[in-house]
Amino acid sequence: MSAALDPIRVRVRVTSPRLAVTLGIVLVLFGAASIGIAYVVVSGMLDGHWYDFRDLGLGMAHLREWLNEVNAGQPAALSAFLGDQWISYITGALLGATGILTFFGLLLLILVWVERRLIGRIQVRKGPNRVGPFGLLQPVADALKLIQKEVLIPIGADRFMFYLPPVLVFIPGLLVWAVVPWAPNMNYLDTNVGVIYLIAISSTATLAIFMAGWASNNHYALLGAMRTVAMMISYEIPLSLALLMVVLMTGSMQLSTIVQWQVDHHVWLGMLMPLALFTFFFSSTAELNRTPNDIAEAESEIVAGFHTEYSGMKFGLFYAVELGNAVAVGAFVAAFFLGGWSLFGLETWIPPYLIFAAKAFGGYFVLVWLRGTLPRFRLDQLMSFAWKYLIPISLLQVLLVAIEVTAMRYMHFPDFVELSLVGAANLAFTIFIVRAWATFLGYRPEREQVLKPTMAKQMGGLRAAEEMRTR
Amino acid sequence: MDSIGVIIGFYALAGLTVGAALLVFLVRNLLHAVLALVLAFLGMSGLFITLSADFIAMAQILIYAGAIPVLLVFAVMLTPHASRDNANSLFAPGGLLIGLGFAALFVFVAMATVWPVLDVETLHVQSFAGTVRTIGAALLGDYLLAFELASVLLLAAFVGAVALVREDEA
Repeated sequence: MSAALDPIRVRVRVTSPRLAVTLGIVLVLFGAASIGIAYVVVSGMLDGHWYDFRDLGLGMAHLREWLNEVNAGQPAALSAFLGDQWISYITGALLGATGILTFFGLLLLILVWVERRLIGRIQVRKGPNRVGPFGLLQPVADALKLIQKEVLIPIGADRFMFYLPPVLVFIPGLLVWAVVPWAPNMNYLDTNVGVIYLIAISSTATLAIFMAGWASNNHYALLGAMRTVAMMISYEIPLSLALLMVVLMTGSMQLSTIVQWQVDHHVWLGMLMPLALFTFFFSSTAELNRTPNDIAEAESEIVAGFHTEYSGMKFGLFYAVELGNAVAVGAFVAAFFLGGWSLFGLETWIPPYLIFAAKAFGGYFVLVWLRGTLPRFRLDQLMSFAWKYLIPISLLQVLLVAIEVTAMRYMHFPDFVELSLVGAANLAFTIFIVRAWATFLGYRPEREQVLKPTMAKQMGGLRAAEEMRTR
Repeated sequence: MDSIGVIIGFYALAGLTVGAALLVFLVRNLLHAVLALVLAFLGMSGLFITLSADFIAMAQILIYAGAIPVLLVFAVMLTPHASRDNANSLFAPGGLLIGLGFAALFVFVAMATVWPVLDVETLHVQSFAGTVRTIGAALLGDYLLAFELASVLLLAAFVGAVALVREDEA
């Protein structure tokens, strides 16, 4: 057999002349932009107002101040009718919404490509690389194809309820982006019930998915929907408990305050509470229907789950919103557990929203990595993991965090000492409780016979493969 | 005086809520009725938002748009004949009577209560700790006994449900 077809020796080429040229162009452009910005700053053209692209929130605040001044000149009759700040209010709302919508739209477009390329790399193949440079136009081609496709409606389907779910699934996927804390002063909806808003909005997607499965009049779709609903309502509990720990520790449900707490204490909550971080991340994969928890659309068992009967752009919406939600999970992991827009002082030099985006996409990358690496669990394994394992140990951890917070209120050590103690206690407790609860549930590795990996050798697998290669 | 946006919002949301509530018993399909019920709950949470009751609004969405419909849907799915239609039932007169009774009660309470009306200036002067903090302090302070009783009741219901569906191992 020729070396080119040898699966072990094929390596994906990481560098190519084209990539190098593109990188060079990008670097030159970046350098030019940096020099331009430095010139603008040094020459004093900004006049003390440091509201360039580094801090969009500050620029927005200045814009609103200016609009309020404009607003003050309005006739008194209008002011009694509409209030004093309606121009800046409407402008702020529209600009923020436009920003989020633009970001989300571009995200959905590019993510299809990113995900397929990453999965391709993980599986030692190239992924889409034909349409446009590096295959970047592949999502556009996909979308055009999906729009052209005929939308089939199964016989006996509930037409009204069949049309609704793709739209209804999209709405929460879009709404959760409202509370994302991009940077200081850069939250679209900085409500003081941010955490509960997140839980509430994401829980409404359950019903839409169930409607999709039920209206399709298809056994597989209904099975997938039942699995999804069972899994989502199970994993909402550990997810909420993980967020409860965050809220207990920071004393606020406002996302900007949670991030600010981490900035003030120079610590990431994920370091203080590793169990909460793991619980949140794992439960999120269940809520997202992603590997290792994608039993709702396990294609080897139930075709494609709840969206089996959806074709054309309706399927496209389901697919796109899943990818968008994956990045949203990355963003919320970053905000709650990885310090949000802060990076230990580096946020003074780098725009905070870029740091935040980097952390969010880092979380998304881990999700893709998991998808490319892990097999999926069985339904019963997932359910028992949620109910018998995650929920009890999360409850105990919540109790411990509550005790720690109360103790911190009465003791007045320096911050560093207190938080080190809390982190050490939580880590020790996590290690202890994970092992202890597993033992309580009957996990006895010492009693099991250790099997050496002799199978391949016995079957002659490796030797046979070597002979085939050298023949 | 309220600004024009709040007034428009109130009438739009009230219309949505009442219309969806009417749909609940006008549509023939039981699952469509469940959806209309969810829409009515969402309209209610919008009304809470116009009242600046953010925590109540979010709790409304979380419980009545996230959890209760799933319960209803499962109940519909697991009772074969109920999923066919939303037809008249023997309970209609009794239900109507109870509904009218509740409506009369609420109207009476709303009319009899002396509502504290604050103008904008007074509201600006008053410092407000935020709904979450206030509700939390009230639940774990003044109304602790009722709160704990409710949680014990819920726990009892939970254990009872598990005991009911558990198969005999003996």
